[in-house]
Amino acid sequence: MAASEEASRPFAGLSDVSISEDIPVEGDISVPVGPSRRDDEFSTLDEPVKDTIMRDLRAVGNKFIHVLYPKRSSALLRDWDLWGPLLLCVTLALLLQGGAADHEDQGGPQFAEVFVIVWFGSIIITLNSKLLGGTISFFQSLCVLGYCIMPLTVAMVVCRIVLLVSSGGIIFAVRLVVVMASFGWSTFASTAFLADSQPPNRKALVVYPVFLFYFVIAWMVLTYSP
Amino acid sequence: MASKNDPFQFQEFDEAGDLLEANRDATTISIDDEDVKPQKQSTATGFSSEADTEDPLANDDQAELLSGQKKSPSFWSFEYYQRFFDIETHHVKERIIGSMMPWPRKNFINVYLRRNPDLYGPFWICTTLVFATAISGNISSFLAHKGKRDYKYTPEFRKVTIAATIIFSYAWLVPLAVWGFLLWRNNKMVNLVSYAFMEIVCVYGYSLSIYIPAVVLWILPFNWLSWCTIVVALCLSGSVLVLTFWPAVRDDHPRVMIAFLSVIVLLNILLAVGCKTYFFTIPGNKTVTPTNSTT
Repeated sequence: MAASEEASRPFAGLSDVSISEDIPVEGDISVPVGPSRRDDEFSTLDEPVKDTIMRDLRAVGNKFIHVLYPKRSSALLRDWDLWGPLLLCVTLALLLQGGAADHEDQGGPQFAEVFVIVWFGSIIITLNSKLLGGTISFFQSLCVLGYCIMPLTVAMVVCRIVLLVSSGGIIFAVRLVVVMASFGWSTFASTAFLADSQPPNRKALVVYPVFLFYFVIAWMVLTYSP
Repeated sequence: MASKNDPFQFQEFDEAGDLLEANRDATTISIDDEDVKPQKQSTATGFSSEADTEDPLANDDQAELLSGQKKSPSFWSFEYYQRFFDIETHHVKERIIGSMMPWPRKNFINVYLRRNPDLYGPFWICTTLVFATAISGNISSFLAHKGKRDYKYTPEFRKVTIAATIIFSYAWLVPLAVWGFLLWRNNKMVNLVSYAFMEIVCVYGYSLSIYIPAVVLWILPFNWLSWCTIVVALCLSGSVLVLTFWPAVRDDHPRVMIAFLSVIVLLNILLAVGCKTYFFTIPGNKTVTPTNSTT
């Protein structure tokens, strides 16, 4: 009988229970939230400047490594940035200065000319790829093309070092081999990223302008004469 | 009923070419592009209504590629230019080969373009020719002056700008003049054959493709080889141009026709010989390029 009475009124047995006031009841009801990404972006003001700079530098360095070993990864494509291309373009343009300083008319490319060729060339190739129906976005393509100039910049550094030694015929053969190898590397690396975004019957149409672009830059590197 | 509408039907046939051109993406499905075009049209009609309503918020790529497959996209929109890139690798190859081998009965525009002029070929052929000319000229002047004592090699980068100006103005301004001239003659007398501006640009662009191997051959320091290649290249590209424009002026006054065709050939000769003399130095002759002159 007591059971049926109790069953008819749930929690009936609890009406006698009372919490004495001696027992402290306190606590925190909030649910602990792990540091989410959006919180981080909002609070980058508070972090030291070194962290901010190192994060971007690490991203740029990561992409350089991806150009060195070009396999099909999304690092260059998804997290694109234009710091690396800017750095490489400025370095290349600076290294190409100071050659054939006697005749200013017929000398090598000026700083502005290198800039124009690299950036306008990249923009035109990107437009060409998009007009042909590519699925890669504008800045992703600029990022890939800019980062893949890295082997040619390395070749330029090597050429300038080698030219400090002498400028004979053997040296020219060495420079030729180095520049050709880096040109092939650049073209291969960038087509590894870009060619996949095109339907197969148009791949050659997209790859050829990239080939021409790096060929012109390789020509500028090779014909640098002190 | 049909006989009463005859005058209108005649005009429709005459202007079918222009109608097809304006509404190319809406109505035509050619046999070649079976894979590409129907896909584009089906996706375009599927998404066009959505893209119209939420255009500013849509993804950039999607909005550009799929929005607005209207009858004639505006001149300032991306889609207007995309229809000039509706081309595949083997099309470009066929057109380049066709521009190097003129055939008496084959009109380049009718046979190869088939109402699908593209901007890819002319633009990249001109760019390649610019760089090929500048680089080959540089190599040839290096080879010509190699043994001399006080010769210092310079990359001569300014020549790229000059070559670009010459070649791009030939490839774009001359077709403009030709198109204007044909328009003017078409107003004076009715002609069945009329070419669109893009088709003329296409013909001129592809006709320059024979000069790329010619320019590379000019590096070799043999005088007879250079002039042989000039003559061959001039004959081939000149005859492609003449054969293309012959049907357009065939019914015209003979003097106008001869003058027009000879101006086309003359401009072609001028371009070839001008480039040869300015950029390339013949060994043994005085160089034309102003390397040491003080101006």
